[in-house]
Amino acid sequence: MKLVKWTRRGFFAAAGAAVALGSFALPSVAQTPPGVLIVGQIAEPKSLDPAAVTAVNDFRILVNVYEGLTRYKSGTLEVEPGLAESWTISDDGTEYTFKLRPGVKFQDGTDFNAEAVKFNFDRMLVESHPYANTGPFPLSFFFSAVQETSVVDDLTVKFKLNAPYAPFLSNLAYPTGLIVSPAAVMKDGKDFGRNPVGTGPFKFGEWKSNERVVITRNDDYWGEKAGTEAVVFRPITDANTRVAEMLSGGIDMMVEVPPTSLSEFQTSDFSVVEQAGPHVWFLILNAKDGPFADKRVRQAANYAINKGAIANDVLEGTADVAAGPTPPAFAWAYNNDLKPYPYDPDKARALLKEAGAEGAELTFYVTEGGSGMLDPIAMGTAIQADLAAVGLKVKIETFEWNTFLGKVNPGLEGKADMAEMAWMTNDPDTLPYLALRTQAWPDKGGFNSGYYSNPEVDKLLEEARSATDQGERARLYKKMQTIVHDDAPWVFVANWKQNAVTSDRVQNFELQPSFLLQLQGVQKN
Amino acid sequence: MGSYIIKRLISAIPVLLGITIIVFLIMAMIPGDPATAILGSYATPENVARLNRDLGLDAPLVKRYFIWLGNMLTGDFGRSYSLNRPVLDEITERFSATLILAGVSFVLCSILGILAGVVSAARQYGWADKLITLTVLVGISVPSFFLGMMMILLFAVNLRWLPVSGMYAIYGGGDLPDLLRHLIMPSLALSVVATGVIARLARSAMLEVLRQDFIRTARAKGVPERRVIMGHALRAAMVSIIPVLGIQAGFVLSGSVYIEIVFQWPGIGRMLVDAILTRDILLVQGGVVFVAACYVIFNIIVDVAQGMLDPRIKT
Repeated sequence: MKLVKWTRRGFFAAAGAAVALGSFALPSVAQTPPGVLIVGQIAEPKSLDPAAVTAVNDFRILVNVYEGLTRYKSGTLEVEPGLAESWTISDDGTEYTFKLRPGVKFQDGTDFNAEAVKFNFDRMLVESHPYANTGPFPLSFFFSAVQETSVVDDLTVKFKLNAPYAPFLSNLAYPTGLIVSPAAVMKDGKDFGRNPVGTGPFKFGEWKSNERVVITRNDDYWGEKAGTEAVVFRPITDANTRVAEMLSGGIDMMVEVPPTSLSEFQTSDFSVVEQAGPHVWFLILNAKDGPFADKRVRQAANYAINKGAIANDVLEGTADVAAGPTPPAFAWAYNNDLKPYPYDPDKARALLKEAGAEGAELTFYVTEGGSGMLDPIAMGTAIQADLAAVGLKVKIETFEWNTFLGKVNPGLEGKADMAEMAWMTNDPDTLPYLALRTQAWPDKGGFNSGYYSNPEVDKLLEEARSATDQGERARLYKKMQTIVHDDAPWVFVANWKQNAVTSDRVQNFELQPSFLLQLQGVQKN
Repeated sequence: MGSYIIKRLISAIPVLLGITIIVFLIMAMIPGDPATAILGSYATPENVARLNRDLGLDAPLVKRYFIWLGNMLTGDFGRSYSLNRPVLDEITERFSATLILAGVSFVLCSILGILAGVVSAARQYGWADKLITLTVLVGISVPSFFLGMMMILLFAVNLRWLPVSGMYAIYGGGDLPDLLRHLIMPSLALSVVATGVIARLARSAMLEVLRQDFIRTARAKGVPERRVIMGHALRAAMVSIIPVLGIQAGFVLSGSVYIEIVFQWPGIGRMLVDAILTRDILLVQGGVVFVAACYVIFNIIVDVAQGMLDPRIKT
């Protein structure tokens, strides 16, 4: 057996060959082509069927391919007409009649009409529907108030609700309410999520697993045509790698930039975009047993924690200090008179003394990370230190996200005194209704894991839900915020500002408060 | 030889069955369920129960195990609920990407490791030996994911010679040179530690062989030195190097998890991590069983190869 002759010369020859081999990589990495926008996403989409998905990451693609009956007015969380041109609401708030936009076609050439709308909602809500098996539809409860969807004529559709439900219109604007092509669902069945067809400004191009999702301009779109020929979504799960791709020009836009990397992009080659969204990061306090059963101790925690330092130092300015349970992004329902609890350790000590809770020992559930949780371990540690400074002994218990939800959602009683939590919602009703009412205690199927209970808040929230007038709803929500702020069932910590970075070749891009990524008007040279 | 291979294959069956039971039980026991993971903030007990029913997770454990095992034996690995596609499609697609990365790294670390070991041994205490020993020590000590990140910073972000991540260019590309450009950094980063381990072992194996009588005889007969080393000594040393190669192959395969995350390589390691985090039970189970089966088969191949090189092992 004769192997390679091994000499020193041979060694250098091999080394030289290796260098030569490397050099074909030298012609610098190609730039991204003009007219094509490449977006760095945080994960692979699960499905492109709007009824089947729950993650913001997937919504970012969906809102460019599909449209709903309503949509959010640009720059706000207020609802405006989408595929429906107008609507009327019956006086008792249980019947919604929509006039649909005429002449709209799905990207497969079939007509968008009342039958199509009915198909969409029946598929999600009626178990005996022939295409109900294309689910599961985890967020279908957004429309659980819908009793019946009926076709009045070709362009009129009527929803009958089982009770007044004011968030209905904004739920229709949420991605779960986006309208899919019935013909395409019939054709592809369970695989529809990989062959999506909607009415939006972009149509589906290709989906190469773990590499890219491509959507291309829909030239038959009824409205203003898209500003780019195509958008490519690349899943890049590792944040450092996403930053490196952005710096090297491999992608044109990235979302969810890690706070510590923002400084890398403070040059003329990039622009950083920020937008506060409907997000609130808070601590659930156990108001049933333990020290936090006393309102004064809950208020003391709000005074003791330096929220400004958390927002500016831990989160590097990517969040604002929260004042109450409702994020300011819901501008129409937000109570501007509410001010955050100031950082005042002396006041906290005084309140603790008054309540006789000095030196109390607390168990604090912290998660390692999760949807909207920002930097939970660092934030938890900062909170622990702030509470220690006023004499509270806090013991942290850390859990992986799913385990954490399994611990927190059934309620904190007998287990912990406080827990981290964050929510992103599409309507000011959602979070307080699901997490602050007495009827939302965990044993009743809600998320009120800290057992807060105030009959007046319960009443205000029920009234706001049945009011159909936005001004009236706003008044009720503002009153609710004032009471909750004073009762302090939570420590209100931060409202996250979503960020994105684009290269200087990208124009006309803005982030929406809904956190949805609308790319229709974006241009790239 | 044939009966030896068959015997090894049969003995693999209980191993694989054991793996199916273990992975099934682990996925059943870890806290958090797929419905909670899918629903996130909206995971009310009611919603979770409804979704679990839709996902078919409300059946008793034992029944679910046998349904899964039975389906798998007929080639049906089920459907991933986080990816909404058949598990087997996903696994084969991802595994081929891992195989390319791990395969290239394995070839790299085997060749470089053995060459470095041989040179070291042949020039014991010479400058080449010292240089190689030092390099190997550094290589073994640097975590591969850190090395990967540093390589990205230098070669992709600063020098812009190589693409940062992925397997193919997003635009254009898709051919072999494109794949190779994307492979250079991850395969090097992945092979460094294994190269070091193999080099150290090859060196000591060679040194041992070089001390033996038949080498002295060969030299005394006037066989040229490079033939003594590459022909006589290396062949004898390979008997103890090959089992290590087998172990390192497993190491490269599992080490690819980190590298796949750093370089966004669309391989099976990254798939398993994502699947565990989303509690995608069928995808985790299917993926683990598939990888385990490949590993078992690979080990059988290594054993057989060893038997061919060293007839004493064959039983």
